[in-house]
Amino acid sequence: MAADPKDTPVTDSAGLLEASGLVKHFGPVVALRSADLRVRGGEIHALMGANGAGKSTLVKILTGALTADAGTITLGGRTRSFHTTSEARKAGLVCVYQDPSLLPDLTVLQNLKLTATPLSTFKRYLVELGLEGFDLQTMPRELARPTLSLLDLARALAIEPQLLLLDEITASLPADLTVRVFNVARQLRAEGRSVIFISHRLAEVSALCDRATVLRDGKTVGVVEPAQGGEERIVKLMLGPVADLVAAEAASPTAPATGAVAVEVRNLKAGTLNDVTFTLRFGEVLGVAALEGQGQQELFDCLAGVRRPEAGQIVVGGKARTFRHPADAIRAGMVLIPADRLQALLRQRSVRENIALPLVSRFSRWGPINPRREKRQVEKAVKRLQIDTRVQSEVRRLSGGNQQKVGIARWLVGGFQTLLCFDPTRGIDIGTKRQIYGLVKELAANGSAVLLFTSELPEIQLACNRVMVLFGGNLVDEMPAAEADEQALLRAAHGLPAEADVEREA
Amino acid sequence: MSTRAVTTVRLVQQHSILVLIALLVALAGLIEIIRPGAVNANWVSNILEFAAPLGILAAGQTLVVITGGIDLSVANVATAAAYIMASQAPYGVTRGIVLGLLVGVAVGLVNGVGVAVFRVQPLIMTLAMGLVVTGSLNVYSQAAIRSVPGVPAVIHAMGSATVLGYVPVSLFLWAPLAALLIVGLRSTGFGRLLYAVGDNLEATRLAGVRGWQVLLANYAACGFLSAVAGLVLAGTVNAADLSLANILLLPSVAAVVIGGTSIFGGSGTYSGTVVGALILTVLNSVLTLLDVPDAVKQILYGAIIVLLAAAYTRVLSPE
Repeated sequence: MAADPKDTPVTDSAGLLEASGLVKHFGPVVALRSADLRVRGGEIHALMGANGAGKSTLVKILTGALTADAGTITLGGRTRSFHTTSEARKAGLVCVYQDPSLLPDLTVLQNLKLTATPLSTFKRYLVELGLEGFDLQTMPRELARPTLSLLDLARALAIEPQLLLLDEITASLPADLTVRVFNVARQLRAEGRSVIFISHRLAEVSALCDRATVLRDGKTVGVVEPAQGGEERIVKLMLGPVADLVAAEAASPTAPATGAVAVEVRNLKAGTLNDVTFTLRFGEVLGVAALEGQGQQELFDCLAGVRRPEAGQIVVGGKARTFRHPADAIRAGMVLIPADRLQALLRQRSVRENIALPLVSRFSRWGPINPRREKRQVEKAVKRLQIDTRVQSEVRRLSGGNQQKVGIARWLVGGFQTLLCFDPTRGIDIGTKRQIYGLVKELAANGSAVLLFTSELPEIQLACNRVMVLFGGNLVDEMPAAEADEQALLRAAHGLPAEADVEREA
Repeated sequence: MSTRAVTTVRLVQQHSILVLIALLVALAGLIEIIRPGAVNANWVSNILEFAAPLGILAAGQTLVVITGGIDLSVANVATAAAYIMASQAPYGVTRGIVLGLLVGVAVGLVNGVGVAVFRVQPLIMTLAMGLVVTGSLNVYSQAAIRSVPGVPAVIHAMGSATVLGYVPVSLFLWAPLAALLIVGLRSTGFGRLLYAVGDNLEATRLAGVRGWQVLLANYAACGFLSAVAGLVLAGTVNAADLSLANILLLPSVAAVVIGGTSIFGGSGTYSGTVVGALILTVLNSVLTLLDVPDAVKQILYGAIIVLLAAAYTRVLSPE
């Protein structure tokens, strides 16, 4: 495919990595048809693509975890073919993945020794990532996920790679830590080294990357400069012909709703969550914005009956409820879509069984199943969510986006009044994201209530009528979606007073 | 892997039961080669008669393994049920049968409470309960009974009589039971939940399933089926001693594994287990025919289970 003729200013324009015509089959499934990727020295290069476009396969081939069926890879002018990740590592090519890779039951120091990581450089990068004074005797098991990601990054940096791959590392990072990762990436670029950056967040890509290679259906379909208004072009390339369709579904933010009260939360307290009071109405999507660990997890868990609150009341339909089990919450019409879709899915079971699970969950439904009625209901939900059912015998074979859709389809069949979405689009491509937000809005328009937490602040405006901001376990701000741009939310989420608030009170 | 190899693997994955049936036929063919004329209606009748108690015992085991557990007390329960039935039969055969079955349900319920409510590992819970059952049975036999009890005629007929010359009576119990389990696992809410709980307990909780109810009912069902197997076995061998079913513990697990049920839970069928039980019975018949010493039998038995288990992980699960 034709590369963009315009060159971005880079310190060294010689190609560091050149991969061309890569092909990879898994049995009858073609993961890569013809993937090209050219990364210059001193460049931060984004690798973009919807779920299932072949990004992971390409990364695995580059790092030696998989071997390509056809195609060539040259690194620093030499043709290379890595058969193991340690070969790639020796050649100066390291990848940091979304999921932490430190062994949980060895101390951090023992982990480093295991991978022969130079300690002095590791410590230097720890400081640059804002982890100065970190105790190397800590067990990874006791650490929070964002910290583990930073440790992984420092470990990769410690061997001073020529080419660093960051595979969705920012997906589990709060905004403040993402900034630190960006700074380190820019520093590598300044030193003439290169970074391949993979993220579903377009804003991150346009802020950080010099160029972006876009994959679709296992093929490189274009190379774009995201900084110069290339975002829309990236989306169009990623989605292909369906781009306009999904763009139409994600409309502008809607006005605050005035339906009847669905849920009233009074002085709720649980773990980090400290005395939160709010009202959720039918017909609205209420957004929750917060940095990592501000009590949002506890809030959703209490509402879904996964966890018992220490104090406070949850009033549904005018009655104070005590949820001892998620079944109690479900009976009261409250259902949860968790961030980790595999937490909610039966991986070995079929799409149909996964979606129909709420139909048999109660003791009174243990008897014979009416197959025709079940099939009809499941098919309706599958159609409404446009779930790709080519591989429906086992849910684990579906792509991440389709898995999440199955998790949502379950409740279209099971029935609910209030949908609790906890970061439902984590690690999902932009096309599916827009579909999910489109559905959420449609459900609210049809009279349901939706409480939606998302770790990606710009998405709040895509779906919500109203937003509340949690900070330190307290509700610190509430605003209509129209005012909730990323800047306003970031200020509030960091516990700073909003400019608009100051004006309003004056 | 070439496309053709992939297609073959697919075919095997989707129809693994056919492969098992082919194995069964091959074993029968082997017998026919070793001793021409040996495979006849009478032989088939014998195989079915001996496979029935194992098949029913492995039915309970299948249910438990599908939920990701294992029940190591099935053989002890079967033995206890048979012994109590036989020792109580003098006071009324119906009373004996009902008491025997009740013992099975009771032990199953205790297993279920341990696993589902107190979250004891199924392996530990059922192993310990097996010991408790065997110990209690010994105490009972010394306290209540002077001599080894005889098996009532109706149970003997149930376990070893045939109708129309060749059809074992026990088949009239086993076949409907098998049909009920195969259909029930596939298309009842309870069956669905067994797979769901075995696949991902946390997910079922989020979907509003009270997992302890499912597990409790399931272990009780396993206890009941074990007791039924014990009664049938007592009829087949026409005796009810204190170690009646003990040799069937490992075969009950083996039949389940050979039948393709994942030991990690979440998948499997009873039809597979039925074929597994038949394969084990025919294998035993081959080895007996070859006059293989018991030690060699055990070696072959173990080796075949390992081979099949390895085949399943390599060929049948894609990851």
